[in-house]
Amino acid sequence: MHFKYAHEIKDLLIKKEVSAEEVVKSSIERIKEVDGKIDAFLEVFEEDAIENAKSVDKKIANGEEVGALAGIPMAIKDNICLKNQKTTCASKILENFTSPYDATVVRKLKESDAIIIGRLNMDEFAMGSSTENSSIKKTKNPYDLERVPGGSSGGSAASVAAGEVYFSLGSDTGGSIRQPASLCGVVGFKPTYGRVSRYGLVAFASSLDQIGPFTRDVEDCALVLNTICGKDNLDSTSANVDVEDFTTYLNKDIKGIRVGLPKEYFGEGIDEGVKREVEKAVEALKLLGAEVKEISLPMSKYSLPVYYILSSSEASSNLARFDGIRYGYRADEFEDLVDLYVKSRSIGFGSEVKRRIMLGTYALSSGYYDAYYKKALKVKRLIIEEFKRAFEEVDLIVSPTSPSVAFKFGEKADDPLKMYLSDVCTVPVNIAGLPAVSMPVGLSEGLPVGLQIIGNYFQEGKILSLASSIEKIVNFNARPLI
Amino acid sequence: MEFEAVIGLEIHAELSTKSKIFCGCTTEFGGEVNTHCCPVCLGLPGALPVLNKAVVDYAIKAGIALNCNINKETYMARKNYFYPDAPKNYQITQHETPLCSEGFVEVETEEGLKKIRIERIHIEEDAGKALHEGDASFIDFNRSGVPLIEIVTRPDMRSPQEARMFFEKLRSILLYTEVSDCKMQEGSLRCDANVSIRPKGSKEFGVKTEIKNMNSFKALEKALEFEIERQINAVRNGERIVQETRRWDESKGQTIVMRSKEEAHDYRYFPEPDMVYLVVDDNWIEDIKSNMPELPDQKRKRYIENYNLPEYDAEIITASKELAAFFEEAVANGGNPKSISNWIMGEVLRTLNDREMEITDVKFKPADLVKLIELVEKGTISNTIAKKVFADMFETGKQPEKIVEEKGLVQISDEGAIRDIVNKVLDENPQSIEDFKNGKTKAMGFLVGQIMKASKGKANPQLVNKLLDEEIRKR
Ligand SMILES: [Zn+2]
Repeated sequence: MHFKYAHEIKDLLIKKEVSAEEVVKSSIERIKEVDGKIDAFLEVFEEDAIENAKSVDKKIANGEEVGALAGIPMAIKDNICLKNQKTTCASKILENFTSPYDATVVRKLKESDAIIIGRLNMDEFAMGSSTENSSIKKTKNPYDLERVPGGSSGGSAASVAAGEVYFSLGSDTGGSIRQPASLCGVVGFKPTYGRVSRYGLVAFASSLDQIGPFTRDVEDCALVLNTICGKDNLDSTSANVDVEDFTTYLNKDIKGIRVGLPKEYFGEGIDEGVKREVEKAVEALKLLGAEVKEISLPMSKYSLPVYYILSSSEASSNLARFDGIRYGYRADEFEDLVDLYVKSRSIGFGSEVKRRIMLGTYALSSGYYDAYYKKALKVKRLIIEEFKRAFEEVDLIVSPTSPSVAFKFGEKADDPLKMYLSDVCTVPVNIAGLPAVSMPVGLSEGLPVGLQIIGNYFQEGKILSLASSIEKIVNFNARPLI
Repeated sequence: MEFEAVIGLEIHAELSTKSKIFCGCTTEFGGEVNTHCCPVCLGLPGALPVLNKAVVDYAIKAGIALNCNINKETYMARKNYFYPDAPKNYQITQHETPLCSEGFVEVETEEGLKKIRIERIHIEEDAGKALHEGDASFIDFNRSGVPLIEIVTRPDMRSPQEARMFFEKLRSILLYTEVSDCKMQEGSLRCDANVSIRPKGSKEFGVKTEIKNMNSFKALEKALEFEIERQINAVRNGERIVQETRRWDESKGQTIVMRSKEEAHDYRYFPEPDMVYLVVDDNWIEDIKSNMPELPDQKRKRYIENYNLPEYDAEIITASKELAAFFEEAVANGGNPKSISNWIMGEVLRTLNDREMEITDVKFKPADLVKLIELVEKGTISNTIAKKVFADMFETGKQPEKIVEEKGLVQISDEGAIRDIVNKVLDENPQSIEDFKNGKTKAMGFLVGQIMKASKGKANPQLVNKLLDEEIRKR
């Protein structure tokens, strides 16, 4: 049962061939069995989950209408607020924070009767590409326990890949859903900026952050998107765009669809194995009748510096509220107020977070604002325009998700610049606010390779359409041996 | 060398909205600590601000009333600084793009009407309030997220009196438009001042100091007087003025250094990424314009033109919306505008000032004042009696006719009755008759006084004068 899809579980539940309680218990068993090795979970809400499953079963037994995700065990990244539960962002400075409210996505999941089974590990405050920056523990890649699951939503990706839950939520600021999805061989979707409410997502970089799902197949992805998308009055950046039923986009003929391959995304730094598997998928697309052509996105090469300036600037401000007075960690000894701030933050934040706070503080300071922050905003606009032009030529853009397969612990941890390159294919999408998915298309050296499909604004449906066609042809059915 | 002051003001006004700027919490003053709070105004992790449209309405209203341009596309910005009562450690405000800019206020100064220019009006959120108890400090976040506008003037004021007049006028405009309740004691209107001095006639600006948080008109005037004097003395003693922030210490009557420029913050302003651009279209502005009340300046002009009031009267009556409303209701009740104005400028304001009361506190109705004036004009009572009746009205709220009737204050206009009193007084004061005949006109005044006294003030003064003249000549 562990590796069934959510939509299969849904069918079984409706046909009453299995109860929600059984499904949830089996998930909890699986977590008990494998999570000691993977370390995806920070906390499992065993009792609550079983209670909630029972009430779903009761509803089904009484013939009451249940939500679209009824009875399906899932888990959330630990930067999404869950009422009366801890939300720590895997940081010492938030270790004691219990949220008094639900994030909008959590409210929607609860309304759809999904069973939230626990909180998932992540890079501290979602900063990182390997989940090595968690202040609590390192999550391992289910395909190879000596390798990283990717980051920052490594826990979310690993938990789905290992069959612990049927889907999970993560957040994507520069690739934090797609890159770990790629490294763990699951589907990870970053919707258009504003498609999913950020209310209740502890902000890293407000203008780039987006919540999205991890699933095992494209159909599940569409199902979850159906639940979490939509305008939210509590988030003024949330888009007022109708949410269609995304499942209607699946299994469609993609003949004549125009697919662009940006040559800059296939160049230097991409592993041969990754390139090979992605190109195989592209060949499959051609067989299905897609019109594939090479395009050029030269501005993309500026995405990484723009990303680090904008995201660090926003982070330096967003994280200012963690001052040692409220929430979690507070230094024991201090001289005065400023000293309390300094000591609490020095100890409470990990080194990657501090690195970015300093970078952001520098970029926003009065002497450097124009040279860095303002200039980054200008380049951001150029990147957006470049994508807009590209989408006049093609319907979708396809590329590798990550330049390499999962790497070993410590391999890049000491070299931040090398680590930052893990997100080179995903970051431009966040800069432009576009939707994109990563889906597994093959293995290289026994490790999953992800393909990224980027769509125009609010074209999630089109992306899903292409993804479901590719899924059928490549028939990725690898499972981790764990 | 003679010096002149250069003064600019920054005024924070709390808006009269029912809910806070970025959430639905109430803005009501008071309340048990931390009861008017939610994740948003507590700045909890994950909470997001959503701009309250009413805040923009009020800010636009203020902008129109202060003759500003309304900027159609603006954005909110973050001002970053660590402070215990700021829940997010940044304040959401406006920086490069204020909602309103380039306005002015006209102030009636000794040298005539003067325009004080408004540089900008922007919207922002208030912080919480620190409470100290022994060694411990606590924060009450009830105020956190209360909407404010900050009104920044150009350095156009040249004296503490001018600054005060401007501040009073501004307050009156904010009250007229109901943009703010302007309760200074509750902190809903606060004033900071930038002040420098320069040799009179010079065009250059001197080094300025900033004085923080003056929360009364008197404090503003006194603080500026002190600070200007301090700066002049410093310059005369060959000292340099340093750019610094000072605060007004009411008890010491001094401005005191808070921090120097070296300690100044780098606020690292940048556009608030949790919010979209604020776009205001013409319809929105027109809608607010069409619902604007008549403002003090318009009223003043109308009073001068339509009611022939002196400029001084018109200025004073229109300075308070409530006083103007009282005046207009009296006029609507058929009173002569000039007589009503005389009464307001005289007895009404004097009594209010004596008792430290507002016009809204009076018990009698504007129509009662009109009745009182009519009683005088018809000759039913004398002016002197009228003042007594007014005092009674003020105290009890009774109608003037009732008071006159109950106390038997009707004026005596019966020639025979007055002639009797005149003769009685003359009989009692032979010396005064003698003095009068010897050319001492003062004696006449004394006799009139005695007659009025004998009639308990009720004798018609014209008749008294006429009959006294007749009778004294007979003797
Ligand atoms: Zn609130």
